[in-house]
Amino acid sequence: MPTLAEAPPPLAPPEPAKPPRKRGRFTPYWLLLPGILWLVVFFALPLVYQASTSVQTGSLEQGYKVTWHFATYWHALAEYWPQFVRSVLYAAAATVLCLLLGYPLAYLIAFRAGRWRNLIMILVIAPFFTSFLIRTLAWKTILADNGPVVHALNTLHVLDVTGWLGWTAGDRVLATPLAVVCGLTYNFLPFMILPLYSSLERIDGRLHEAAGDLYARPWTTFRKVTFPLSMPGVVSGTLLTFIPAAGDYVNAELLGSTDTRMIGNVIQTQFLRVLDYPTAAALSFILMAAILAMVTLYIRRAGTEDLV
Amino acid sequence: MAVFTWLKRRLVVVAGLLTLAYLLLPNIVVTVFSFNKPKGRFNYEWQHFSTDAWQDPCGVADMCGSLGLSLQIALWATIGATALGTMIAFALVRYRFRARGAVNSLIFLPMAMPEVVMAASLLTLFLNMGAQLGFWTILIAHIMFCLSFVVTAVKARVMSMDPRLEEAARDLYAGPVQTFWRVTLPIAAPGIAAGALLSFALSFDDFIITNFNAGSTVTFPMFVWGSAQRGTPVQINVIGTAMFLIAVLFVLVSMLVTRRRGHQKA
Repeated sequence: MPTLAEAPPPLAPPEPAKPPRKRGRFTPYWLLLPGILWLVVFFALPLVYQASTSVQTGSLEQGYKVTWHFATYWHALAEYWPQFVRSVLYAAAATVLCLLLGYPLAYLIAFRAGRWRNLIMILVIAPFFTSFLIRTLAWKTILADNGPVVHALNTLHVLDVTGWLGWTAGDRVLATPLAVVCGLTYNFLPFMILPLYSSLERIDGRLHEAAGDLYARPWTTFRKVTFPLSMPGVVSGTLLTFIPAAGDYVNAELLGSTDTRMIGNVIQTQFLRVLDYPTAAALSFILMAAILAMVTLYIRRAGTEDLV
Repeated sequence: MAVFTWLKRRLVVVAGLLTLAYLLLPNIVVTVFSFNKPKGRFNYEWQHFSTDAWQDPCGVADMCGSLGLSLQIALWATIGATALGTMIAFALVRYRFRARGAVNSLIFLPMAMPEVVMAASLLTLFLNMGAQLGFWTILIAHIMFCLSFVVTAVKARVMSMDPRLEEAARDLYAGPVQTFWRVTLPIAAPGIAAGALLSFALSFDDFIITNFNAGSTVTFPMFVWGSAQRGTPVQINVIGTAMFLIAVLFVLVSMLVTRRRGHQKA
């Protein structure tokens, strides 16, 4: 299924090789107008509204007014910094796990699967079409307190170790950080596998042979040839997992407890239940700024030093 | 020791298959539990085998209604996003104009933004406008977040297209309209189809943005979310299993079709 494999967006779209030709002078603007207008009105403008909401004061009954009350940001940070830190930690853990788990599978599909390639590809993509909420709820069954997984982990004394590390509590997995990270990893794994696969697939197999001819052992070949060449996939895969994972609140809500609330949960509660719009808007802005800052730093690092 | 060397040689294959198992485990559990007959409200523990839920998939109040609504929204969102996105993709690949960089970043940003942020900001817009939350606000939101994915998919396809094919058509005295319908569109079709398929899947499955902008309207993901608190009916597993099977079937068929086309070309 090559069409779907192309689906995840390459994060830095390459420019076309040939300079586009000139035809009607206004044609491109007419083509762009409806779609761009849609994005300006329903994507960019809302961000402006949100910025203005975050510096308003007032109450739901008397209405809100813009008073440039920046203290909302400090209050929001002071009160909810644990949730911010937790979101970044969980998302980072899930991203690393996705990379560790996803790389072998992407490698398998790209180089080792042979005639099974299409079947494995289908099995990676098809879960996309089953509601992710239903699949996340299934983890409740899998990780249930008296289920086989928890039983096995208990017998092997794994839960003693993870409990000591603070990832689990007592002899259970559900409602602990481990369950939330497990759910996040699961949910965003395909977003890691597909970009990895598409960048691995482009690698010329003869490079592996050449490395072998030069007496490189398989591990050296991987470290010096395959992995560096797959860096574009690694970068877009990690971004496609980290960004949505940091803003997610579904996994923390369904698989976690009040001790595992992420910033997404706070924003959702503030917006939809507490109806404290300024605080919610400020939190959402801080999240956006933090993620943009981290992503910019990461792209700059991964794009220059690590690529060569 | 024999096991150790065997494992070492097939490390990638074994690790890859384990990941695949991790990826498919929930689907297997969903399928198995669609044949469960639960005691009480929650379908988390296996009791005994029954096909009740499969015989009566719409037996739960409001579930199939929400499913229909989600399908409807996904269909309209796909049509809207595909039309708007394809136009943008063509403009970006085929023309050089000022503000190209700005347009490119405007397309890229929604894909790089956490969903909660988009959801929350869109809600502040709707609240400020005094818009009635419901079908239309959901549709507007879905078209917005699907748009960028369509542009990316179509752009990739149009960019790899040989411009000489269109020149050839013009040399053979095809008008611009004829060239577009007979040459350009058929070549771009797989990209457009991929974008449309992705839009449909994204819209149908979206929970976070819908949760903020739906008001009291209940789409299928929102029904599932609500049922997680009340107790999930077995029928949800039936729908989940059916969706998985339909997706597998759909992908298989589309693969057979592309393979046959490939043979014709060769």
